[in-house]
Amino acid sequence: MTQKTGKLKFIGKQAVRMAVLLFLASVFAFALLTVSPVDPLQTNVGQTALGSMSPEQIEKLKAYWGAGVPPVKRYLSWAAAFIRGDMGISLLYRRPVAAVIAEKLANSALLLFSAWLISGALGFLMGILAGKRRGGLADRIVTGVSLVIAGTPAFWIGMVFLMIFAVQLKLFPIGLSVPIGVAADEVTLADRLYHAVLPAAALSVTGISQIALHTREKMIEVMESDYVLFARARGESETAVILRHGLRNILLPAMTLQLSSVSEIIGGSVLIEQVFSYPGLGQAAVTAGLGADVPLLLGITVITAAIVFLGNMTANILYGVVDPRIREGAMRG
Amino acid sequence: MNIGITDRNTDIVDRNADIANRDADIVDKSKGVENDVLKVEHLSVSFTQYGRGLRRRTLHAVEDLNLSVRAGEIVAVAGSSGSGKSLLAHAVMGILPYNANMDGTVYYDGEILTKERAKRLRGREIVLVPQSVSYLDPLMKIGPQVTKGKNDAATREKSRRVLAGYGLSEDVEEKYPFQLSGGMIRRVLIATAVMETPKLVIADEPTPGLHPEAAKRVMGHFREIADTGAGVLLITHDLELALSAADRITVLYGGRTVGEAAAADFLCEEKLEHPYMKALCRSMPKNWNWDGYKLCDSGEILEYMRKEYGR
Repeated sequence: MTQKTGKLKFIGKQAVRMAVLLFLASVFAFALLTVSPVDPLQTNVGQTALGSMSPEQIEKLKAYWGAGVPPVKRYLSWAAAFIRGDMGISLLYRRPVAAVIAEKLANSALLLFSAWLISGALGFLMGILAGKRRGGLADRIVTGVSLVIAGTPAFWIGMVFLMIFAVQLKLFPIGLSVPIGVAADEVTLADRLYHAVLPAAALSVTGISQIALHTREKMIEVMESDYVLFARARGESETAVILRHGLRNILLPAMTLQLSSVSEIIGGSVLIEQVFSYPGLGQAAVTAGLGADVPLLLGITVITAAIVFLGNMTANILYGVVDPRIREGAMRG
Repeated sequence: MNIGITDRNTDIVDRNADIANRDADIVDKSKGVENDVLKVEHLSVSFTQYGRGLRRRTLHAVEDLNLSVRAGEIVAVAGSSGSGKSLLAHAVMGILPYNANMDGTVYYDGEILTKERAKRLRGREIVLVPQSVSYLDPLMKIGPQVTKGKNDAATREKSRRVLAGYGLSEDVEEKYPFQLSGGMIRRVLIATAVMETPKLVIADEPTPGLHPEAAKRVMGHFREIADTGAGVLLITHDLELALSAADRITVLYGGRTVGEAAAADFLCEEKLEHPYMKALCRSMPKNWNWDGYKLCDSGEILEYMRKEYGR
């Protein structure tokens, strides 16, 4: 097999995988919405308003929200449009879904990316500190903190952060992504960053424990390995052992883990954005879900699933590129 | 004069004499040690383990182990697996795991080898040749592993020369450990030892997995190192190999020294004192005789050892 056909085959395989994943994710999200007890008319129009409407008006509204159309038909018509590149019109925002998602994703991107980066870097460092000496003081502190964080819901951390840093210390705003009462074109980048600090911090904290505990585990394994023993026997200092052998051997699994933990950051952002009233993708997902906005929810589901899939795929590719055992092995095979 | 006081005085005199004797002992020992690169006396290594709940128990892995290695000599330490052979190597080099306790005295070059001194000397005068590929960093190329990451011209030149001396070509430096054969790995590991100018080489099972021809070649390399004036401590479970390569052999059982003998003595059962060593001697294929009756008492000797050594 030549290199080129190998590459094509790989790309083809990944594309099929992604298609299957997106299909299943959208079906699942749609099924959940269909069985949800939320009645779009009751929720979005309200009982009183409905009572004062004529039957014709109610019929029109029913048609707008798609009530009464068989679920399979509704899904298929959405899917057919989606494949053609049309994500539909959001029923709540009354704008194209693509535009809504683009705007919300732009808002969330800063939050998601900084939280992903900070939790990765911080968790990695904590893991090294803890794993350097199993059972030491640093290990006990890091393990304890990580387990507590892992057992704490993200929204609760968000609320605690709000109470301490926004309400009591008044260091940060209590919510939203821009200051209240300022025209949209007068909002500066500094304003946006200032508003993103607290939700990003809360989101980072929730992502730390997994990477810290995994890095710790891997670091312990490395520090108790034969090759570290031999490095010590050859007079290499502890610092040299950690820098030369430790980092080299734990960086790859840590990077892989962090890339595949994108899903957790996105999942956490749904809760965190709700707590901080941060108008991002997560909040839009909650709004769409509670308001039975099928096109928007399916759009968000598919886009986030694709982001998660790309994260995992990058991890896979990275492994092949960076790890010589896989890289050279693949060359030979 | 009060008798009690006299008694006490004699006591004190006695004790002084004791101390004087001990001092003399130490002087004597240091004289005896003069020739020894390494002398291990009453070495014990134990582990503290947590059993069920919070109960602690101490596991004695090595107990009262004695041996010495002179300059220019290969001393083999032979013992079955679990007899504490590798721990001996790690104890001498001061790289025991953190939950291990060490007791006894190790002399290196006539002076007590403290942990600090071992830390200073290991990798320079005292080197370890480990047993397998797992002792090399799987994600680092051979070159930087041999040079310990030093990148100056002199070190690289030396590593080139040393590797070439073991028949390893230049492209080996660019390879990862998993790309080399078992025999090549073994030569790389020996090469790491002679990158320095060692006075004591501790080889921990350097031959398993090699066919006899290759094993012999590896042993030849250790003889070359010994001929440069270094002492070689060869840790092995392969008695035959030890006999062919070493000058003296110390036999371990259950972490304790059973006895020590010149390699040549193992060819003749009568020259050996301890029954376990006699049994080992008999068990050697060379010493088998056709009716095989001498092999039959292996059960007895194991029972005897279990009673004597408690394991």
